[in-house]
Amino acid sequence: MNEHALAVDDLRIELVSGEPVVEDVSFRVGHGEVLGLVGESGSGKTTTALALLGYARPGVRIANGTIDVAGTRISGLSEAQVRRYRGRLISYVPQDPAAALNPSVRVGDQVGNMLERSSEKEAHVDDAFELVQLPTARDFRRRFPHQLSGGQQQRVAIAAALVCKPAVVLMDEPTTGLDVVTQANLLAQVRRLQRELGFAIVYVSHDLAVVASIADRIVVMYAGRVVEDGPAARVLSEPQHPYSLGLIASVPDPREPRVLRSIPGVAVGVGERPPGCPFAPRCPQRIAACEESDPRLERTGGDRLVRCLEWRRTPTLAPEWRAPSGALPSRPASLLAVEELRAEHRGRGDAVVACSGVSFAIAQGECVALVGESGSGKTTIARCVAGLHAPARGRVLLDGAALAPLAAGRTPDARRRIQIVFQNPYDSLNPRHRVAQSIARPAQALRGYSRKAAEHAVADLLERVRLPARLATRFPGELSGGERQRVAVARALAADPDLIVCDEITSALDVSVQAAVLELLADLRAELGLALLLITHDLGVVSSVADRVLVLDQGVVCEQGAVRSLLASPEHAYTQRLVAAAPTLSVR
Amino acid sequence: MTALAVRLRFARTGYGKVGLAGSLLLLALIAVGPLLAPYDPSAIAGLPLQHASRQFPLGTDGLGRDVLSRVLWGGRSIVGLSVLATSLAYAAGASIGLLAGYTKSILDPLLMRAMDVLLAVPPLLFLLVLATGAGRSIPVLVLGVATVHVPSIARIVRASTQEVATHGYVEAAVARGERLPALLGREILPNVLGTVLADAGIRLTASILILASVNFLGLGLQPPAADWALMISENRGGIALNSLAVAAPALLIAFLTISVNLVADAVARSLGTSTDRKRVAR
Repeated sequence: MNEHALAVDDLRIELVSGEPVVEDVSFRVGHGEVLGLVGESGSGKTTTALALLGYARPGVRIANGTIDVAGTRISGLSEAQVRRYRGRLISYVPQDPAAALNPSVRVGDQVGNMLERSSEKEAHVDDAFELVQLPTARDFRRRFPHQLSGGQQQRVAIAAALVCKPAVVLMDEPTTGLDVVTQANLLAQVRRLQRELGFAIVYVSHDLAVVASIADRIVVMYAGRVVEDGPAARVLSEPQHPYSLGLIASVPDPREPRVLRSIPGVAVGVGERPPGCPFAPRCPQRIAACEESDPRLERTGGDRLVRCLEWRRTPTLAPEWRAPSGALPSRPASLLAVEELRAEHRGRGDAVVACSGVSFAIAQGECVALVGESGSGKTTIARCVAGLHAPARGRVLLDGAALAPLAAGRTPDARRRIQIVFQNPYDSLNPRHRVAQSIARPAQALRGYSRKAAEHAVADLLERVRLPARLATRFPGELSGGERQRVAVARALAADPDLIVCDEITSALDVSVQAAVLELLADLRAELGLALLLITHDLGVVSSVADRVLVLDQGVVCEQGAVRSLLASPEHAYTQRLVAAAPTLSVR
Repeated sequence: MTALAVRLRFARTGYGKVGLAGSLLLLALIAVGPLLAPYDPSAIAGLPLQHASRQFPLGTDGLGRDVLSRVLWGGRSIVGLSVLATSLAYAAGASIGLLAGYTKSILDPLLMRAMDVLLAVPPLLFLLVLATGAGRSIPVLVLGVATVHVPSIARIVRASTQEVATHGYVEAAVARGERLPALLGREILPNVLGTVLADAGIRLTASILILASVNFLGLGLQPPAADWALMISENRGGIALNSLAVAAPALLIAFLTISVNLVADAVARSLGTSTDRKRVAR
């Protein structure tokens, strides 16, 4: 048998125009080893992973390098040749199982289709289903993907990947879109299978905390290059590349209420990589030589590699703890109060209860988090507060006065004082309006600014959310996700609010961008005395930003309290499950 | 031409260029044509049904009028009226669609069922009944052709409005208490415009064809008006003697519809790719 399950050497993938997407990538994965391939959007991690299957997306080609899987060279083969090895030597678990499973093929057949016609096909499919702990009943195998839950769909995808007993399984962010508890179960199961069957895993993810819980070895990618490669525990506890350090410092952790530190600047895209080290413009320890030549991957001892000229100067990881948000009782009377709120969704048939009996209050300048899994009713509560959903029962009070259920019925002043920022930065800005128009509108509509005054205010607001003034004339389509979310925050600020409702505002963003947005929110609270209602599923975010937290389970508040004590010693069984399942960097 | 092609994104494709050139050529012909016409289009200039000659390059029609002069005059009515009818149809259809798609009240089913009723009547039958009932005037003709288009435009606009209305930016506008006209006009309309205008060219050509059919049937413009469609109808009796009197206006109508369609296709294809910077594979 071969020494490595997977060996990648000198891989270069470029656009058809010759622009490199991935260059000089080499790494090894031992038999039965789990490699975490970590990077943010645009780092080339998914492109690299797909190349391991001998596949390049349209418009991209593998220009150079060798890929060996269990001693078989799969690079440089024709599509027909490489297809013989897919599934058998190396298989793939895609990112979104809902999209990856064919909606019109029964799940049993989807797994069976991986096998060639054989008399034992049924038995193999049975085995694969059993492995991933799915029911093996014939009835279950005859279901269609939409009849399964998200976790079950992902298990079907994993079963399909394992059914041919490959040497290497590629997993591309297989847990995105799953709830934390489901995610934790799935990861535990993957880990167990991997130990039992002894295959190697390449686990691609932007989420360091998830990777920390599963990987033996971590490869960090930035701008299409490997910047650090080493044993997981060592990389996480003493990163040697400044980018890895920044990435780790920007991961919120439910167990450690750290102050998040974002990496300054923005990630470079394909085609805008500077000469020399691509991280140099954002690097705190760059020297003149960094801007001249791209450093090589250097062996630093203890089976570690780093691509940095000055890696010896990389500071040690020094977490900065959040100051305890004391003095809560001395806060003035509540700004916003929600009393006995019950909200329903009316479809064609019966009303579905989204939440009931929810009461809480937010003081001036306070940050309260609503935490729950999808379907827990947290977003509906946010929409009730913002006047986008009429509650079935209960009231929302602002400064002690009850508000009309819908925004249209509220006074302009009430509308001005409560602003909402939405989850998805890709649809919260009107794609046909320039940034300046989007930001100026609330100031005109709610504060009675003239068009001129509102446009004048735009520059200040952009500066407030740390965006350059030149973005004012851009359309949202020309901005990155992080920039869009900042514009959305600026639009909320334009109304001069007292409370901003943040509905999962970082869930679509990369970790370092998330850290920057959360940092911004913390700064704005300090500067403007804003109160925040933070809706999230991520206990890490709660721990690094919020003062108080309410945990929602199926529309009912099951536990609430000060963030630190609640996360340290959760009492309700549901909270305990959530906290236990939340991925964390503290090594397992 | 090249400068224009650079400014207009759709004209970067080959078909777009050809269509634009053709449309501009025809527009020029329609605009300048009457100045170049050698005779008065309704004056009897010679013997009826003459072949093409130096004096009458396209011959004469059944009454002895110069076909070339009538062709040069005859584009105004058909192009002008169909543009007018199509614009009216868009204004009405978009308003109805936006309103029906956004409101969740009884207004939506009321408006849309009314549209369904209109849609159920065959267009030509509708126009024939209208012309018989309301008289053969130009306003009736234009309103009639516009009405034929309204239901399908309203349905498309309603469907895209419903989709757009779920986006965060619309909710943000609702949360800041924007009034209905501002919501529909500022937030929704610009985002459904792409979908709506994608078929503008097809609708314009459809208007041209409907108008031509109605004129041909003698229920639209009345003689002695010079109109391409009317000319085909008037001159088909003499097709054996002077076939050019039918062929010239027919070819011009075909040329017009094809050019407009090419432009419309190119516009539709260029819309989705406007400002969106496509991100490269991760």
